[in-house]
Amino acid sequence: MLHYLWSFMILAGMIWAVLNGTVDAATQGLLDAAKDSVTLSLTMLGIMSFWCGIMEVGSRAGLLDWLTGKMDPILNFLFPRLAKNHPARKPLAVNMIANMLGLGWAATPAGLEAMNKLKPEGHQHTATNEMCVFLILNISSLQLIPINMIAYRSQYGSANPLAVVGPALIATTFSTLVAVIFCKVVDR
Amino acid sequence: MIIIWLSRYMVPFVICYMIGFGLLSKRPVFDDFTDGAKDGMKTVAGILPTLIGLMTAVGVLRASGLLDALAGWLAFPARLLHIPQQLIPLTLVRLVSNTAATGLVLDIFETYGPDSAIGMAASVLMSCTETLFYCISIYFGSVKVTKTGFALPGALAATIAGVGISIFLSYL
Repeated sequence: MLHYLWSFMILAGMIWAVLNGTVDAATQGLLDAAKDSVTLSLTMLGIMSFWCGIMEVGSRAGLLDWLTGKMDPILNFLFPRLAKNHPARKPLAVNMIANMLGLGWAATPAGLEAMNKLKPEGHQHTATNEMCVFLILNISSLQLIPINMIAYRSQYGSANPLAVVGPALIATTFSTLVAVIFCKVVDR
Repeated sequence: MIIIWLSRYMVPFVICYMIGFGLLSKRPVFDDFTDGAKDGMKTVAGILPTLIGLMTAVGVLRASGLLDALAGWLAFPARLLHIPQQLIPLTLVRLVSNTAATGLVLDIFETYGPDSAIGMAASVLMSCTETLFYCISIYFGSVKVTKTGFALPGALAATIAGVGISIFLSYL
């Protein structure tokens, strides 16, 4: 799927650029994006390494075991076939909690680790149901309070920047609910 | 206001809590930290190729003008569904780039004000959706998965639900 998606994006973009005389812009866009991706990964390198370090401190102190325990009912519901002592449980719990709290930078490394642990033995290129469920949940957005949006709204002179909190909570609950229902219907 | 306060103190609190807990457990916390940070570096290095591939593809799509054209084609069906015209490019861009989507939201704020219905819809939309292609590429790219199973339809369903409810709540 990713092969086709990626190829389509580049090929369609290039063909469109040729047909519309935006070839220079498209080429420049490609080069700029290549540079931006390295800049972004440098930022990520610093922030994600820091969070991984902090998480490791908490993990080795036994803090995350406690956290995983609290998340067990939710994990059991979402991933019913996941063994009780599966190594993916801890990063799954950390990823979800960090996402809810809006700590995106801490959520991503935990999520990547969870994905790695969810991968079955024998090196396949096919996503398992658990991997799909986990990804869909992440994309359904779990963040409870949209702190960035509140900041932008207040920066742009909103009379009530916090007005977004209620609707955002309802909306993110709804989109997550749709995600969970979808997964439960498909993953049987 | 308590929400702002909580959000502002969340990061320092989590960091202090982790380190404090480690110290109380008599752990060599700095060694633990550097071990974890090393793993973090490997992770970032591992997803860099995916990131470059995805971001260049998005770059071409946007710079060629195809994304804008796509938004233009979707304007008519959107009108039938009562989707505000400005949200079409936002929804499309939201799928591929958080930074670019934020830029569009700030444009909407500047033109219509953050308290307008469209400003509210944009705020809620950003709050209840994620950067779909970025997430799929990073998460699946890191484990070399290319057959994505039911992840894409599911993620699209969640995103469409998010966009729909944003509009519904803001134009109620």
